[in-house]
Amino acid sequence: MEEQTSEKTYRIHLMVCAGTGCVSNNSFAVKDALKEEIKKQGLENEVLVVTTGCNGFCERGPLLVVEPGKIFYQQLTIKDIPHLVEEHFLKGRPVEKLMYSPPEDKTPIPVLNDIAFFKGQVLIALRNRGLIDPEKIDEYIARDGYTGMAKALTEMTAEEVLEEVKQSGLRGRGGGGFPTGLKWEFVRRASTNNGGIKYIVCNGDEGDPGAFMDRSLLEADPHSVIEGMVIGAKAIGAQQGIVYVRNEYPLALKRLNIALDAAREYGLLGENILDSGFDFDIKVTRGAGAFVCGEETALLASIEGRLGEPRPRPPFPAEKGLWGQPTCVNNVETWANIPVIINRGADWYHSIGTETSKGTKVFSLVGKINNTGLVEVPMGISLKEIVYDIGGGIPGGKEFKAVQTGGPSGGCIPKEKIDLPIDYESLSEAGSMMGSGGMVVMDEETCMVDVARYFLSFTQDESCGKCTPCREGTKEMLNILTKITEGKGTEEDLTLLLELAQSIKDSALCGLGNTAPNPVLTTLKYFREEYEAHIKDKKCPAHVCRELNTYTIDEVACVNVGKGCDMCRRNCASDAIVGEKGKAHTVIQDKCIKCGVCYDVCRFGAVKVD
Amino acid sequence: MNEERLTEILGKYEADQSAIIAVLQDIQAEFGYLPKDAILTVSKEMNIPLSRVLSLATFFNAFSMEPKGRHPINVCVGTACHVRGAQLILEKLERELSISSGDTTQDGDFSLDEVRCVGCCGLAPVIMVGDEFHGKLTQTKIPGVLKKYQK
Ligand SMILES: Cc1cc2nc3c(=O)[nH]c(=O)nc-3n(C[C@H](O)[C@H](O)[C@H](O)COP(=O)(O)O)c2cc1C
Ligand code: FES
Ligand code: FES
Repeated sequence: MEEQTSEKTYRIHLMVCAGTGCVSNNSFAVKDALKEEIKKQGLENEVLVVTTGCNGFCERGPLLVVEPGKIFYQQLTIKDIPHLVEEHFLKGRPVEKLMYSPPEDKTPIPVLNDIAFFKGQVLIALRNRGLIDPEKIDEYIARDGYTGMAKALTEMTAEEVLEEVKQSGLRGRGGGGFPTGLKWEFVRRASTNNGGIKYIVCNGDEGDPGAFMDRSLLEADPHSVIEGMVIGAKAIGAQQGIVYVRNEYPLALKRLNIALDAAREYGLLGENILDSGFDFDIKVTRGAGAFVCGEETALLASIEGRLGEPRPRPPFPAEKGLWGQPTCVNNVETWANIPVIINRGADWYHSIGTETSKGTKVFSLVGKINNTGLVEVPMGISLKEIVYDIGGGIPGGKEFKAVQTGGPSGGCIPKEKIDLPIDYESLSEAGSMMGSGGMVVMDEETCMVDVARYFLSFTQDESCGKCTPCREGTKEMLNILTKITEGKGTEEDLTLLLELAQSIKDSALCGLGNTAPNPVLTTLKYFREEYEAHIKDKKCPAHVCRELNTYTIDEVACVNVGKGCDMCRRNCASDAIVGEKGKAHTVIQDKCIKCGVCYDVCRFGAVKVD
Repeated sequence: MNEERLTEILGKYEADQSAIIAVLQDIQAEFGYLPKDAILTVSKEMNIPLSRVLSLATFFNAFSMEPKGRHPINVCVGTACHVRGAQLILEKLERELSISSGDTTQDGDFSLDEVRCVGCCGLAPVIMVGDEFHGKLTQTKIPGVLKKYQK
């Protein structure tokens, strides 16, 4: 293999993360600085700089992993680079002060695999993360890429491929959790109409507004999705594939197109793939920014150039999908699992996870958590392990309150259920759902009524308007929730909320409406006392709902501790604070717009909110 | 509006009606919005009723019928940003620019919009100004961010 000899000529590989998180943290400037410094030190024939997709630990970007040895550097700035290059790559002395050290104890941890964030993870879908340049097909191939496809096309019958996926127990990662093999079988059995062809579609619409798993996968390892789709096509007997990429993901789109071109050039896509006589190609469609288009029937409508509105099922896309032909829709992550299943076998995959949920799931772990980022964990892992071991707990010593999974269709799981194992059934029983992998951590400063209102305003906004329960029902629920957050709610409103929730759940046309009440239902179930505080006491315990907050300044703290520092007055957005340097300050309540800036800028704890 | 660019975009898709969304996306990318004349031309050239083109243009969030500012600001109001205070950041911007979300300043320098998750939740709360990201924001950091773009 050519790439191995070329690899040997470099003593060191520097894997610089070029995922969206790190890029927005200036990782390209860091990469350029590295290259320049390496040249300056005369190391350009020994040290190679590689840009990879998202490494996962976005919180600490920009990131650099040094191979061999997996030495992990974080939060780099261009100023750090000359010192780093000289010390580590020239003199062989790794630089401790640029390494990660856990918040609680300040000892640097040099090696990536020893860091708690990475330790508990099992990488299948993200198997190549941080290890390859997503724009170079050779790097994917060097890590067993396209061997699963080769096996499926040249050594296995379509029935055998199908059987393998069925046996693996893989379930859809897009939210519903439908068994993938079974769906494939339906499409395989369905017959085409009027001499048409069968289609497979990769759903990369990723509508959950706090999640970026599919984006990272497409950006970091587009070939794994392409390979999965070719294998699926063989099993199903499809001739055309379509990847539907969310509009807001330009980098994913670019890398996917580069990957598709490379695969075609290598004969891994197109006519007579690998001389197997099998023809299959993939097109890319851009989404246009509508959450409901993630729903499969709306997705197909929008691919056809129609309004992205769902239609009742049945008929399911497996029978009547794109252009009326049998169509298999699977999520990005689902597709990325396929090559490994074929390569390593159903038995191996089946051995990971729980009785009903096999394999791993990728989550985007965000919100009030120390280690924000992308994690892939075995099914069955407890919520606690994710939040505390991998996620490193809650920042600022605050108290953990809940985890929201499943995005706008999901729910909040309270602290009491922290030992809950992560699998499809346990999450549903708790009133939430697996969803596509958003996991938002909330602490004592998150208001659960506000969270419910947030998701409702999202679904209300995104409701396509086709069916009345969803269009009008969510609007009414949102009105009530807004009233409550403004301190104008009544006890009856809670009853009304529950009634509305039930009727929307029962009568909406598609999953968007059916699941829209979930965030309200779970917060009402587990955090009813927070709703009641808003209604009865006119207080928001988390101090999030603005209308209910009152800001005051503790005169003693202001003068004695802060020496009347005047910061609050200077930053006040509405001239609502009076006082002068060295003297006590006070808030004029009827001028205060409750933006909370005074609270944020006071370093002496003199500003109180109640 | 540059007629030539529009003709080029339409030519790329050869009046394939199913490509209508892609055509509108290209126009949006080229001009920053969907100019009325462009919509009329698209409807005529692709032989799609004007009402259908308009309904697509208003259904999808990716399209806007108004031109944006020279520095379009997009405030992320995704879940991660929301729980880390995105609403306060948005309101601070509204006050600083004296416009409401969805509007453009009189001088055409800035427009203000909301988006949901721009994929760097680790930096929440995040805003984008043009293609540039600004993360871990607080209300007090906003004037400094704006200054970078004000002349
Ligand atoms: C409102 C709504 C939004 C959805 N959004 C997505 C999405 O963003 N990505 C996705 O893969 N599936 C989404 N789905 C699920 C799809 O309809 C479909 O079940 C899925 O793409 C099938 O793939 P899977 O079996 O591999 O999960 C959504 C469903 C609904 C009802
Ligand atoms: S973008 Fe670099 S770690 Fe996620
Ligand atoms: S929610 Fe704002 S970047 Fe993800």
